[in-house]
Amino acid sequence: MIYADNAATTKMSEAAVHTMSALLADTWGNPSSLYTAGQKAKEALEKARAEVAAAIGAEPREILFTSGGSEADNQAIRSAAELGKKAGKLHLISTAFEHHAVLHTLAKLEKEGFEVTLLPVHEDGLVRPQEVADAIREDTCLVSVMYANNEIGTIQPIREIGAICRARGVLFHTDAVQAVGHIPVDVLLDNIDLLSASAHKFHGPKGVGFLYAKKGIRLTNLIEGGAQERGRRAGTENVPGIAAMAAALTETIAAMPEVSARLAMLRDRLIAGLSKIPHAALNGDASKRLPSNVNFCFEGIEGESLLLLLDDRGIAASSGSACTSGSLDPSHVLLAIGRVHDVAHGSLRLSIGEDITEADVEYIIRNVAEVVDYLRGFSPIWRDLVAGKKEFIL
Amino acid sequence: MALYSEKVMDHFRNPRNVGVIEDADGVGEVGNAKCGDIMKMYLKIDNDIITDVKFETFGCGSAIASSSMATELIKGKPVAEAMKLTNKAVAEALDGLPDYKMHCSVLAEEAIRSALEDYEKKHANG
Repeated sequence: MIYADNAATTKMSEAAVHTMSALLADTWGNPSSLYTAGQKAKEALEKARAEVAAAIGAEPREILFTSGGSEADNQAIRSAAELGKKAGKLHLISTAFEHHAVLHTLAKLEKEGFEVTLLPVHEDGLVRPQEVADAIREDTCLVSVMYANNEIGTIQPIREIGAICRARGVLFHTDAVQAVGHIPVDVLLDNIDLLSASAHKFHGPKGVGFLYAKKGIRLTNLIEGGAQERGRRAGTENVPGIAAMAAALTETIAAMPEVSARLAMLRDRLIAGLSKIPHAALNGDASKRLPSNVNFCFEGIEGESLLLLLDDRGIAASSGSACTSGSLDPSHVLLAIGRVHDVAHGSLRLSIGEDITEADVEYIIRNVAEVVDYLRGFSPIWRDLVAGKKEFIL
Repeated sequence: MALYSEKVMDHFRNPRNVGVIEDADGVGEVGNAKCGDIMKMYLKIDNDIITDVKFETFGCGSAIASSSMATELIKGKPVAEAMKLTNKAVAEALDGLPDYKMHCSVLAEEAIRSALEDYEKKHANG
């Protein structure tokens, strides 16, 4: 199988598997216990915290371990909203193509009386810093902009947006789930106050993530109970998972310069190859995107059937079509960059990982072209387009 | 558990009666691109018997499989019998569809009915 769905999840690295297995077997004490077995677990936990902090330029005490990216997003936004409420600031700013962990949290806050502005992301899938600046009001308590988009891979001007927020005294959160471990992220240089990340997106285990909160920012608990995580996240820590996350992250970051240069080269080859398919279009800016991400719309076909046939040919990929989302609407990300429903249903996301070879890339290009051609062969939309009864969109 | 039954995958991978009938006696098209599913059915009818049927579908795996199965269920049948085709019959013949995909079988039923109505309209006029 050629696994081209690394934005969905990644295979655990050997270092992560090894670390996790070793801790599961030998270091099963409760880190809150005072005896040696507990303190050994505590040591592993704090070592992981230091490693994770170092990976993003933070201090260990600024790292809070969570169950994943969604929890971190929820807690970051909820905390900023609570702080805002105390200061009489009930306005939050985000973007139209955030992950649902952000959008649904914001929607819930709206029902509680907050006001939310969602900024446009334009055809290139990029937020304009000036539009962030223009949207900030006296009563704005948070700006939340994702570091890199999970579907189209576009990398946002985080440093500039962070600088604007800092200058205006507004908290800045970034959902960096797709960025951490893939591109350099530095919370100090990037002017980030709150950042969410998820282990399984960078070869760590599922069910683990972290929230970075700049020191001095008072977090609101989502889970009440014991005094774990400086009292901000109750529940006995998932020590093996957390340690495995740190091992994966440290390794991924060490390999990043080499891996990302190679992936970017193969990504560009995929983009060039797939661009040769008639009436196809790349989604999102071609250069300001993750080295791993390729996302296309193919006119006249539907994404789920494309995925199933690619799976038959040994290619695992993803789509933003309605049928793969379980709703009637295609991906909100594709709609946000201005793709109309008709073509948004025919999208394909390939998110490549370091195992991919040049031969795999050629195989993907050839097979996507064949399957698209086959599906168009009995698509009534395609027939109308070719016959001139309908106008091509792409 | 797999997403779809073996039957669905078989009809999706090897759809029966794919194509166009240029001099069709009845043509029906249902669905829209906005929702991500369009089915078009072509019927050849001789002496009230459906002698040939072809389809074109833009849609997901279950939409293609439902179209294929629907054409198989009405081929060689009298018009009156084909009129009685239900989405349930299509879904059952496919060994079931996931709940959120049942609308694909509804679309297949509607496409067949639309083509038959087109035939009857032409027939009545001619």
